[in-house]
Amino acid sequence: MSSDNILLDVKNLKKYFPVRKGVLRRVVAHVKAVDDIDMYIKEGETLGLVGESGCGKTTTGRTILRLLEPTAGEVRFRSKKLAGQGEEYKEVDVATASRKTLKALRRDMQVIFQDPYSSLNPRMTVGAIVGEPLLVHRVAKGRERKDRVCELLASVGLKPDHMKRYPHEFSGGQRQRIGVARALALDPQLIIADEPVSALDVSIQAQVLNMLEDLQEEFSLTYLFIAHDLSVVKHISDRVAVMYLGKIVELCKTEELFTNPKHPYTEALMSAVPVPDPDYNVERILLEGDVPSPVNPPSGCYFHPRCRYAKDACKTEAPVYRDLGNEHFATCHFADSLSLRPVRTG
Amino acid sequence: MPLIEVRDLKTYFYTEDGVVRAVDGVDFTIEPEKTLGVVGESGCGKTVAALSIMGLIQIPPGKIETGEILYHRDGKITELTGLNPKGREYRSIRGNEIAMIFQEPMTSLNPVYTIGNQIMEAIILHQHLKKKEARKKAIEMLYAVGIPVPEQRVDEYPHQLSGGMRQRAMIAMALSCNPSLLIADEPTTALDVTIEAQVLDLMNGLRENFNTAIQFITHDLGVIAQMADNVVIMYLGKIVESATVGEIFHNTKHPYTQGLMNSIPSLATTKKERLIPIKGVVPDPFEVPEGCGFEPRCPQAMEICKTKIPPLKEVASGHLAACWLYE
Repeated sequence: MSSDNILLDVKNLKKYFPVRKGVLRRVVAHVKAVDDIDMYIKEGETLGLVGESGCGKTTTGRTILRLLEPTAGEVRFRSKKLAGQGEEYKEVDVATASRKTLKALRRDMQVIFQDPYSSLNPRMTVGAIVGEPLLVHRVAKGRERKDRVCELLASVGLKPDHMKRYPHEFSGGQRQRIGVARALALDPQLIIADEPVSALDVSIQAQVLNMLEDLQEEFSLTYLFIAHDLSVVKHISDRVAVMYLGKIVELCKTEELFTNPKHPYTEALMSAVPVPDPDYNVERILLEGDVPSPVNPPSGCYFHPRCRYAKDACKTEAPVYRDLGNEHFATCHFADSLSLRPVRTG
Repeated sequence: MPLIEVRDLKTYFYTEDGVVRAVDGVDFTIEPEKTLGVVGESGCGKTVAALSIMGLIQIPPGKIETGEILYHRDGKITELTGLNPKGREYRSIRGNEIAMIFQEPMTSLNPVYTIGNQIMEAIILHQHLKKKEARKKAIEMLYAVGIPVPEQRVDEYPHQLSGGMRQRAMIAMALSCNPSLLIADEPTTALDVTIEAQVLDLMNGLRENFNTAIQFITHDLGVIAQMADNVVIMYLGKIVESATVGEIFHNTKHPYTQGLMNSIPSLATTKKERLIPIKGVVPDPFEVPEGCGFEPRCPQAMEICKTKIPPLKEVASGHLAACWLYE
């Protein structure tokens, strides 16, 4: 793995939530929401993070931003704004950064949330919402701030006179644009987009996806794109990580994932997506049962109770997340020997 | 002989801000033992059309303005809009002969009753079985929808079940009286894909075993391709296109349907293509365009589209579209 242009390098990241019970609120167990994950994001690329509800994808995003305190692990980020004179960047560990460094880092790492209704303050005008980061970080004020807000609104396809309006006056797609404008305000390097289009209707979803792609090019942004919709992730990502019960089970280039999957969960997930073609009637791989509880995950490989290729070793030994070559990582004992069904192409 | 014939149905809502024409003159039929897919984005009237059949429109503010819903059974035709929604006859049909399942299984199950009690309620009411027999039937139904250990699950409360299991329990409840029509309103939208695949597979299997017709409401064209025999596409309270599922996907006629197809990212394409979204947004329900509802967003709009509403007419055999392009 070449380390030249790696913007974000996550190593052994863990986030456990304690489960408390009884009068003394004693910790009786832990929910291992993020359980030892490794990944890196290169500058200018989009890494998609997919998985079903409860697999820890949102927690991963929030822990990387340190909106949640990590339990363990490193989140190394190459910040341009913190770089000293003559330096191109400064490498900072977000997981252990001081409050002051963290605040400075916020200018480089931003977030877009899923629900465009609850993530905008209903009592603030759009101008105030989009301009707030500029005030907080003392980047611009007065006239300059107003001009910057106009510019930002224009870049997400809104009009300058929308500034004086309130969020309730906008449709879902427009609100998501406001959220994007706010994230762009400080000219960040990395944007973590947590299900940015899931709450939108299909015709609007396409508009927002196209806009995110255009903005990436215009402002050379790097995205961590979290979603549960495989077709959306396939569309926007350069590489994709698949999560299951707090672990990354597979991570590789998008095309590789869809043509040459190495983990049985990826295969089942791809097979489950309804194909918009009535003549398509290849038999689906139906997973049995539900996702197990992360408080009490199965022994060995977490996926073994639902896996159709599971062997005895899977019940007792946890597989290691390993590189199969060509930047293809998988967490499966039999990743090399299984021949799994790719997604239908053509 | 169709099972349900909806003719020129108009369901309006009289709100303080004005009249919302949620369903504005729709015609469709549901054939026995077939699945009719109803597709559209939020606010297009697909749920209101279904609730009108169920007689569940709240009056006021809602009102079925005009139209007929003809329900054919045992050689008899019942006109549903003429019945009192709270009357005896409607109540003997609702939940018994026409049943409905909803998008969010947690909010449509009562949290203070066990799953078994809720399924038994319909069975006791409509089939006049004793409690003991009803319980047996409830367990049978839970088994039929693939809930493991139904003898035990029957006594559990909704919060003890996972999302997929709750939706299965809802389906068990809806099918417990062997309805001739099951209306499913976005039944899998709240579920994860692997669970969605399980539930869709189950519904297809049940349709064959119970000979039930299904009205399947969704915004997901992938789900439609997999489930439906016939499809209607709705936009702003009107049907814009209606055809068999094959025709809808392979011989798409209406610019709105074409727009929908182009805006979904596909798993099948290998290279990265730019999506072609539909421009603009769905108009405000209080300010619907004078002519064709889709005109402001339509890439092929013409002069006539601004002033005259296109009728829904046959453009190919059995394929209807409401668009001036096909005049």
